[in-house]
Amino acid sequence: MLHLKNISLKYKIPLRVTVLVSVTAFVLASTLVYRGIEDLRNNMIANADRMGRVIADTVVQPMLHDDVWRSLEIINAPFRIPEYHAPDQGAEYILILNAANKVYVATQPERFPLLSDPTAIEPRYAEILKSLPDLHNPVPTIIEPHKSANLFLLIPIQSDGLRIGTLVMSYPKSPFMSSFYSLTQGAILTTLLVIIVLLPLGMYWGRKMAAPLLQLSDAMRNITPALPEPGEIMLEESDDEIGQLGKAFKGMLTELKEKEQLQQQVISSNRLAAIGRLTAGIAHEINNPLGGMLNAISTYKKHGLQDTLTLKTLSILERGLIQIKETVAALLVEAKPKARPFDQNDVEDIRTLIQPDVKAKQINFTGEIDIAGIRSLPSTLVRQVIINLLLNAVQATQEHGQVILDIYSENGNLIIDVANSGSYIPKEKVAYLFEPFISQNETGSGLGLWVIYQIVQQLGGHVSVQSEPDETRFTVQLPLQKN
Amino acid sequence: MNDRQPLRHSRHILLPEICIEGRRQLPDTGVPNKPATGPNIAHAANAAVNLAALLRILLLLLALPFATGLHATEQPSGPPIRIGLTPVFLDDQATFINEWRDYLQHHLNQPVIFVQRGTYREIVELLSSGKLDFAWLCGYPYVRNKKIFRLVAVPLYQGKPLYQSYLIVPSSDKQTRSLDDLRGKNFAFSDPDSNSGHLYTEYLLAKQGSNPTSFFSKSFFTWSHRKVVEAVAIGLAQGGAVDGYVWDTLVLAHPELTSKTRIVSKSPPFGHPPFVASAVTPKQDIAALQQALLHMAQDKVGSRLMKKLNLDNFVYGDDHLFDGIEEMARFVANTRNSASEK
Repeated sequence: MLHLKNISLKYKIPLRVTVLVSVTAFVLASTLVYRGIEDLRNNMIANADRMGRVIADTVVQPMLHDDVWRSLEIINAPFRIPEYHAPDQGAEYILILNAANKVYVATQPERFPLLSDPTAIEPRYAEILKSLPDLHNPVPTIIEPHKSANLFLLIPIQSDGLRIGTLVMSYPKSPFMSSFYSLTQGAILTTLLVIIVLLPLGMYWGRKMAAPLLQLSDAMRNITPALPEPGEIMLEESDDEIGQLGKAFKGMLTELKEKEQLQQQVISSNRLAAIGRLTAGIAHEINNPLGGMLNAISTYKKHGLQDTLTLKTLSILERGLIQIKETVAALLVEAKPKARPFDQNDVEDIRTLIQPDVKAKQINFTGEIDIAGIRSLPSTLVRQVIINLLLNAVQATQEHGQVILDIYSENGNLIIDVANSGSYIPKEKVAYLFEPFISQNETGSGLGLWVIYQIVQQLGGHVSVQSEPDETRFTVQLPLQKN
Repeated sequence: MNDRQPLRHSRHILLPEICIEGRRQLPDTGVPNKPATGPNIAHAANAAVNLAALLRILLLLLALPFATGLHATEQPSGPPIRIGLTPVFLDDQATFINEWRDYLQHHLNQPVIFVQRGTYREIVELLSSGKLDFAWLCGYPYVRNKKIFRLVAVPLYQGKPLYQSYLIVPSSDKQTRSLDDLRGKNFAFSDPDSNSGHLYTEYLLAKQGSNPTSFFSKSFFTWSHRKVVEAVAIGLAQGGAVDGYVWDTLVLAHPELTSKTRIVSKSPPFGHPPFVASAVTPKQDIAALQQALLHMAQDKVGSRLMKKLNLDNFVYGDDHLFDGIEEMARFVANTRNSASEK
């Protein structure tokens, strides 16, 4: 079932325009038609009254002389005027009743013979004769018998204050009906014309109004699963209500976006912090027995039985325990505040260290280093961060690729920027990128970025990643403490 | 009712003169052909002069009716001959009457004024009081005033100085065979003083011991034969008495009117309505008019007019032509008198 409120604005607005036009036209036309008919009627009655009074006055003498023929000539006079036969003006017939209310003379003598009783010919005359006009009434007496096609105008014929007869003028009502029809027809035609003109306009308005709303609703539908970028949403720019709606929606979208990003950051850092705490706790719990076990193995090696099998077994145990220790140590990144400051020599060392990998892949390794005067950062940690980042970059880069290392200070921060070509990191992976044992490749331990993250966190800095299909860039930002 | 009649005369008496004569008299009124100098009226300096001019024109305009009266005798000069006309012929043709007047003026070498009135009686009264010189009257008023009126000429209709009265009914009425069938119906007479349009029917009824008032439901006068035909044609009256010559002439001029009526019966022939002169009309005037009328059928214009009148000629006529009418008039008068004595 098509419900009215479910119809599109594209049709609703033209429909409303049609309804409005029709209602307006109906009200206007009814008023005008009513007025037109009323005017016609009043005009006709005024004319009839004027003419009737002239006739009533003129016919007095012939009636007093009982001159039937003259009386007929007088009442016939209007019918001799050609315009009198115009459909909206003419009487159907005029007749004179004598004092006894019998027909004195009529313009239709065959229908109303002399001295006949009008009620016997036209039963309506019973009603008409009941309301004979007062002799001195200046207002015309108009009688419209029930269901009669005619209306009757009665004028007394008097001589010396005595009624000698009554002039009866019968007017057909059909001119009213025909002019009612023609006026109504005209009004309907005009209305249809106006509607025909306004309908396309209404449809245009409907479309114009519906289009931005449809855009808006499309945009709203698209906010799941991922919020679209505010720039991606095409909405009409205007200051009207719909425009304001669009602006408000865009504002809401921007805020949602910011909130989502913030939330994700919070979630991510919270998770990393929780993982950090967990790993630190586990590492401590592992380190204590581990130290004991390694000490026991060492003691046994020095003082215990030196049989080959035992020694071999102990060696296996020792190597395994050391691997555990190393892994735990790697997890448990600890600041070493007493280390010497990071300087140009460290940069040269890093270059030397990375050179074999770069050469092996024939990578174009470039970069700008500007660390003059920077003394406050511990060399061991910064070196580890840079080496890890560079190793990751070299590993991720295809052969003949490019790796760029930029180090510089900006706004009281040391910026380490490592970019490499290729190896795109999908967006959904970025959020988990710095968690331990999340590896981009099969060969890595999955701890490199975790270590970087832990070191940067300890140094009060910030690490971010931007990955695009042809370039992945890690940016580390470390605050420079002023001594 | 009688004392009202003179009032009606005096009120109407000037009108036909102006209407008939006015057309040719207007250029002769002496109104200066110089219009009021319109633009000057606005001029303050000339205001007084223009006001005077305006007053002069106004006075001239006021004098116009009198001037017309005065100049009525101008062409041809001499005292006018006044001829009264009654509806014994189709007298409602103003153009024809003007032509006939011009014709008579030309042949009499004297201005002619035709005077028309609503009833025969008015013409008879004007003629008997000498206000008219001649009149074309019905035989009935002539025989009643035989002592003072003098017979001038009688028209020849279909070769005879005679005519008939027709009893007509609407053509839709197929039943009526005689006057008796119209008992209790409405009946139209032409004029109380008409022979064919009243006296003859009244005579027929009087012979039966009846009269129009009791015989008919309603009878009325239309004051002209032509209108009797109209009244019967539209069904206002179920019967009417009409001049046979007028009915025959109407057949030629307005067949659509006569075709709505049917002749039920025709009267015996009577003397055709004659031209008569008043007692005081000079003998040479009578002779002149006689000559002019009798001459009509002989010249081109006159015969055309005679053709329009649907008459052959005018002849001197004989008083005995009207004996039949006189007899009927006497009989009806006696019946009336005896009825009023009862």
